[in-house]
Amino acid sequence: MSVRTLPLLFLNLGGEMLYVLDQRLRAQNIPGDKARKVLNDIISTMFNRKFTEELFKPQELYSKKALRTVYDRLAHASIMRLNQASMDKLYDLMTMAFKYQVLLCPRPKDVLLVTFNHLDSIKGFIQDSPTIIHQVDETFRQLTEIYGSLSAGEFQLIRQTLLIFFQDLHIRVSTFLKDKVQNSNGRFVLPVSGPVPWGIEVPGVIRVFNDKGDEVKRMEFRHGGDYVAAHKEGSFELYGDRVLKLGTNMYSASRPVETHMSATSKNSASRAQENIAPNPLAKEELNFLARLIGGMEIKKPSGPEPGFRLNLFTTDEEEEHAALSRPEELSYEVISIQATQDQQRSEELARIMEEFEMTEQPERNTSKGDDLLAMMDRL
Amino acid sequence: MFRRERSIPLRGSAAALSNNLSVLQLPARDLTHFGVVHGPSAQLLSAAPEGVPLAQRQLHVKEGAGVSPPLITQVHWCVLPFRVLLVLTSHRGIQMYESDGSVMVYWHALDSGDASSVQAMFARGIAASVHFICVGTWSGRILVFDIPAKGPNIVLNEELAGHQTPITDIATERAQGQDGVADMVTADDSGVLCVWRSGPEFTLLTRIAGFGVPCPSVQLWQGIVAAGYGNGQVRLYDAGTGALHIQISAHARTISALDLAPEVGKLLSAAEDTFVHIWKLNRNPESGSIEVEHCHGECISDTQVCGARFCDPGGSSFAVTGYDLAEILRFGSV
Repeated sequence: MSVRTLPLLFLNLGGEMLYVLDQRLRAQNIPGDKARKVLNDIISTMFNRKFTEELFKPQELYSKKALRTVYDRLAHASIMRLNQASMDKLYDLMTMAFKYQVLLCPRPKDVLLVTFNHLDSIKGFIQDSPTIIHQVDETFRQLTEIYGSLSAGEFQLIRQTLLIFFQDLHIRVSTFLKDKVQNSNGRFVLPVSGPVPWGIEVPGVIRVFNDKGDEVKRMEFRHGGDYVAAHKEGSFELYGDRVLKLGTNMYSASRPVETHMSATSKNSASRAQENIAPNPLAKEELNFLARLIGGMEIKKPSGPEPGFRLNLFTTDEEEEHAALSRPEELSYEVISIQATQDQQRSEELARIMEEFEMTEQPERNTSKGDDLLAMMDRL
Repeated sequence: MFRRERSIPLRGSAAALSNNLSVLQLPARDLTHFGVVHGPSAQLLSAAPEGVPLAQRQLHVKEGAGVSPPLITQVHWCVLPFRVLLVLTSHRGIQMYESDGSVMVYWHALDSGDASSVQAMFARGIAASVHFICVGTWSGRILVFDIPAKGPNIVLNEELAGHQTPITDIATERAQGQDGVADMVTADDSGVLCVWRSGPEFTLLTRIAGFGVPCPSVQLWQGIVAAGYGNGQVRLYDAGTGALHIQISAHARTISALDLAPEVGKLLSAAEDTFVHIWKLNRNPESGSIEVEHCHGECISDTQVCGARFCDPGGSSFAVTGYDLAEILRFGSV
């Protein structure tokens, strides 16, 4: 599918991540200066020049697991630590929020406005750092340069690629359930009223033309929806009214972060299938991760500043419970590498896996995912 | 009036692609075949009239070199006068199977030679005309394959140029022995339509200009081109002259599929706005002008419709697929 999808996917998921973290930092009463440092560190890693250079290269999308590893890394770019259950919950919230935004996007091109909404909010999070603001503006400029000239057909391909990435993901999010934009089966509500997308006429009119191209007759039919005309198009400029609300911060003090961690049973079959299927591409995914994460500048928490742990749940007990009760098909824990029939390739993979084992850190409760991250540290 | 009938469960949900449902009617055997793309795989299944699934099969893309498993873009049954083949298009190439999907009889790899790195390469848009199968590509070219009465000896006969942007869909109509009559129409991502006359060498008859909006689905019936666009419009053109006769503001989102019931001239339009509409087309015998009438509208709640087809030539039943939905919804007239 479209090789122009990754930057949009990464920036929007990153934006959602920052919304959730910002809300949880407040809820957990983390001192203001520490919270500011965390957000500044993560944002400056996200918009690091070397990293965005890799990001904007035309490339295919990678698996949900591979991408999850990138965010795991990003969330730990500062003095804050998240354990597995909180990281899982964070990733669930991010992915479901952006899936909703892509699905509800009025026109395929509007996924760019959603991205700009995220960038606008991210700039609002940056405190006292013109350098980081400049980095975000630079990314904005790159987005405009690359996506500003794409045709409607190319945007449709990008949208289809994003939707295929999010296909079969039906985690219920309580904020969405309360707002009645998500049904109890995990599917989103698609409204059949309100403004039509910019450039589309309210359905219900049939125009008849003669051979000369003149309109000679106009008829009406009952469409069944209850639409009104769009009043204005959102601005694609650096500063402007995006009109579209998708992609803005939906969390606030009165709307805390909450999730129900459940997938509908019907989808577990297809998910499980995806997990069991041998993945001979793991090595190429690793190369991708190495390239992408290699561009990230990670600040070690060993500096003078003491670190802290952020909990996405109200209490530690809840977090523990979530870790134990998480449905298996929703597990992202391990980037699995499975040997293939191909002898040469499997030897190569075995060698890579050995390299992982060598980097094992005894002080950490290591899983293969951690090994990979440890390896990335050395890049 | 149409009523919802028993739906057919799928093993995987339908991917967000336009024209993501193919239906092969086998009235002699009282069976209907359905084909739906899931993403890296496609599912074929046959069902009895009550919607009871009888047999199913999964198809994959032949070659898997690359970073992620290659995605399928479309599956479609091509009914030739002497043979039925199932054609599968993907980001790697074109696969042709015997109609039940059991044996692959032909494989055509896409040539990346002229693809720049910023463009995704794929085949999309499939239709049969006489003894040819035509398949569209990302580059805008249309590959014309000559199909023998039996066996795998399929040859690439011709490459048609006429489009500058990726092909979205191809429609054909069996010409009733009239020379020079248009019998194929092709559509692309910029909304340009090309009207062709098939033959040992295909002839471009008319080019209908686009207006910057993709045309995901197109149909051809008795010299009428029906085109569904990204802005929710359905436009009806005269295939011979390319003149616009009717413009319908039919949907609030992009149209994802059009289909025709040839016996009665019914047109079905399905869109991402969750609606399916059925229209009746007519060619006025005196003035020759094209007429249209709205027959039925159906809301498929909370479903971004990605495929829809009539299930009989009289247009009295239809089936619908939706993004992320692991079933085929069926509707029958009451």
